[in-house]
Amino acid sequence: MTDYVRQLPPHQFGQRKRVSEWVRVDLLSLFLISLIATYGLVILMSAVDQNMARVQAQVIRIVVAFSVMVVMAQIPPRLFLRLAPALYLLGLLLLFLVLLVGTESKGATRWLRIGPIGFQPSELMKLALPMVLAWYFHDRRLPPRPRHVGIATLIIAVPVLMIYPQPDLGTSILVAASGLLVLFLAGISWRYIFSLMGLLLVSAPGLWFVMTDYQRGRILTLIDPERDPLGSGWNIIQSMTAIGSGGLFGKGLFNGTQSQLDFLPESRTDFIIAVLAEELGLIGVLALLSLYICLIGRGVVIAVQAQDTFGRLLAASITFTFFVYVFVNIGMVSALLPVVGVPLPLVSYGGTSMLTLFAGFGILMSIHTHRRIAL
Amino acid sequence: MSEPIVLKDHHDESRVFIDRVVMAFACALLLTLLLAGRMLYLQVIQHDRYATISESNRIQVQSIPPVRGLIVDRHGELLADNAPSFSLNLVTEQISSLDETLDRVENRIGLTTEQRSRFERRLRRKQRPYESIPLLHRLSQEDIARISVDQYAMPGVHIEASLVRHYPLSDLVTHAVGSVRRINEDDARVLGKVAYSGTDHVGKTGIERYYESRLLGRVGYQRVETDARGRIMQVLSRTDPVPGENLELTLDAGLQRVASEALGEQRGAIVALDTRTGGILAMVSKPGYDPNPFVTGIDHASYALLRDSIDVPLFNRAIQGQYEPGSTLKPFIGLAGLMMGVTTAEHVIDDPGSFQLPDSERLYRDWNWTREGEGGHGKVDMNRAIYRSCNVYFYGLAVELGIDRIHTHLDLFGFGRNLAHDLPEAGSGLLPSREWKRSVRNLPWYPGDSVNIGIGQGDVLVTPLQLATAVAILANRGRMVTPHLLRDAELSLRPNVDIPDDAWRVISDAMQDVIHRGRRGLGENGTAWAYIGMDIPYRAAGKSGTAQVVGIAQGEEYDDAELDERLRKHAWFVAYAPAEEPQIAVAVLVENGGGGSEVAAPVARKVLDYQMIGNSAIAQRSEHQEPTFARAGAYLD
Repeated sequence: MTDYVRQLPPHQFGQRKRVSEWVRVDLLSLFLISLIATYGLVILMSAVDQNMARVQAQVIRIVVAFSVMVVMAQIPPRLFLRLAPALYLLGLLLLFLVLLVGTESKGATRWLRIGPIGFQPSELMKLALPMVLAWYFHDRRLPPRPRHVGIATLIIAVPVLMIYPQPDLGTSILVAASGLLVLFLAGISWRYIFSLMGLLLVSAPGLWFVMTDYQRGRILTLIDPERDPLGSGWNIIQSMTAIGSGGLFGKGLFNGTQSQLDFLPESRTDFIIAVLAEELGLIGVLALLSLYICLIGRGVVIAVQAQDTFGRLLAASITFTFFVYVFVNIGMVSALLPVVGVPLPLVSYGGTSMLTLFAGFGILMSIHTHRRIAL
Repeated sequence: MSEPIVLKDHHDESRVFIDRVVMAFACALLLTLLLAGRMLYLQVIQHDRYATISESNRIQVQSIPPVRGLIVDRHGELLADNAPSFSLNLVTEQISSLDETLDRVENRIGLTTEQRSRFERRLRRKQRPYESIPLLHRLSQEDIARISVDQYAMPGVHIEASLVRHYPLSDLVTHAVGSVRRINEDDARVLGKVAYSGTDHVGKTGIERYYESRLLGRVGYQRVETDARGRIMQVLSRTDPVPGENLELTLDAGLQRVASEALGEQRGAIVALDTRTGGILAMVSKPGYDPNPFVTGIDHASYALLRDSIDVPLFNRAIQGQYEPGSTLKPFIGLAGLMMGVTTAEHVIDDPGSFQLPDSERLYRDWNWTREGEGGHGKVDMNRAIYRSCNVYFYGLAVELGIDRIHTHLDLFGFGRNLAHDLPEAGSGLLPSREWKRSVRNLPWYPGDSVNIGIGQGDVLVTPLQLATAVAILANRGRMVTPHLLRDAELSLRPNVDIPDDAWRVISDAMQDVIHRGRRGLGENGTAWAYIGMDIPYRAAGKSGTAQVVGIAQGEEYDDAELDERLRKHAWFVAYAPAEEPQIAVAVLVENGGGGSEVAAPVARKVLDYQMIGNSAIAQRSEHQEPTFARAGAYLD
């Protein structure tokens, strides 16, 4: 690559050394992430019945994830660029191993277990896929030519088709979204975008026949939760009751009857937004949504300020994939979308996806803080 | 730079990228507004509705189990109904300390560790909050009183009445009807969670299992308003359950009773078929067992007693027991000889008492063979070969037919297959063939194998149900029957067996001679005449048989007397009546009974009598006519 820019130590430009010059982090997104995580912890405390052992476990997870984020932020994007294909291939290999020797849990095979350490290769793919696509388009002329769009589609399809049968609809949607976002951002022509949408619309009735009974049930439940009030409708009836009964200001923290009396299933994982909505009301939900939008806005700024194609595409894909998390989760809990297992980012209890999210923000920070200054 | 220079228009690219990012961000904002709007709709506009549901009243959805369908016999007699039973249930949400509550229950009415651990396993399958989980079943009046007195001190403990499967005939029809069992962890994994919410039982064997989906019915539910302690204040809406379908079986409980009594304490099985429909009129397997304790959970000790009994009462001999058919196979072999032109009714052989294959030393004996060489039947034709049950005749015929033709012919009558419609548990027996012997034993078929098949020995195995079915097809002059238990079962059509009239006539006459031929002190008797034929008031056809014991468990320690008893041959008798317009076909097996005509034929006669002349006539006939013809010999076959 033409070396027309040179990286200068930032302190040559300023008089004082700031923290961000020693430790490369983006203070604004760090602040927003901490705010959301703290807000999330308060809700979680209510969702776990103030069981402090659970809260403590979540705090430890957040601290670990935070450290991972800071470490990622120190790695120069150049290294990510160089490692991208290798990471992607490693991800594919591990996904293949899951198909062969994966550990089964709750009816799904998603984990690789080596001794005491469990690992979910699909999580690696959430970052490796946008990375390899950004790498792919980095040296190519944009908007991409049809052949390149074809190859990129293949790069997306392979891991998605490997994750989907685990089965893990939620993760395969997120991985697919992270890849398709790169394609969109790279500027593929509207022809492709509209024909993809058209294809989806046309094949929607056909998809119905491909779906398992279980998935069909979830869609029918979305249309009419009363159809099966004891089975698949139970979750959605209870979560809508929790949200609706919260009203404008909520019933007060720790006072939600739906969540505290165990009516609401999965209240600390995928359905935690219902606890927030019940106890802190619409105001509490809007506060969280605003925080999310601020964080996404910051991600957009970082992406726009990135100085090469790789950085731009990767930063923007990570940012908007984060939004997909938010939209799919809140959409399903409020019965706008069928139920797919996607957690509420930075808030839901559990460590696996949180680690990936923080690592993603680490990469975002790395892109921002390693900018080269034009001479 | 070694790579070809890619012309990248950086300015243009970043413009396109910024366009797209702005577009995506705008989309995200719009979708966020959509989410906010949805929340606004639920939380502000619909707030009152959801607040009522949630705030003051706790709405529960409770399942109402459907009533399981009844099972009745062809005359409407109840074979399986539902009886009220009281159980002790716990709602764990209302209990502060589960262990303490369980201890209290233990103090009041007793609670074994087995019951405790069963409850804990059931608790793990709990689906919804405030679900009522059964701890004890079938409470006595005294138990109910003891709990009720202290119930105020035990919140969350409830006595609930429910309808539980009940089998009024106890062990009489167990093997035909089957039974339900409590749903265990393995069942719960495969059964529909919703369809079985509130239902604790599932059909585990027999008809109860085969027609489970029809008997079950559809679950109903009600929305109830409860107070903070889970007590129902008001029923808001109710969808009634749809009761299960009542099933009418082809069984005749009266005939079943007669058959069971006729077998008495002997081990064995009886299958009686309506030859016109294939409906099973009676299906007895002895010893049986009472299914009622299984319904609410039999204790380990009683179950072990049944399971480990050397008489295997849990085993359904009538459809699963596989035995050599012995001489009951002879009419079918004879028919094969006639139909395939291998022999004729008039063809006569000379029976010296034993049979030898050419170039072989081995002697296949007839049942009346003696060392002195005085045995044998002399001149024998087809008719005499059947009514005297001459082995040598069929040895020769079987060799001439050869296994391939025998296999083709017997296959038509359902040997080696399960023809039954709603008895998937029924065994298919074993009809040997060249291919079978090659694949299982890796040996070629020897003529000597065919010799044994000729008299129903060797490798061939049948169940009592199969034999009764084959006899029914024979009685019908080849019209196919599909054995079944459900009266209005939709049967698939199978091709009939094409039996020429003259061939059928020969076999039918010979089988009638088995029973009717004979006069006191004069002429030659059919093998069964002395035992059942002397006073029979209607025309019947039959054939006796004995089967060598093949199923004895090796290496088990029995005392000598017991061992001898269990090594004795099994007695068979098959029959149908009336001979010309058949209505009923029956197969009787008496394990270790000895001679077929002597032991099994009288049992078959009682079954036929009930069908032909009714119950009252049998009562008159019993006792005062013991067969006196000892001359017929202990080994009449």
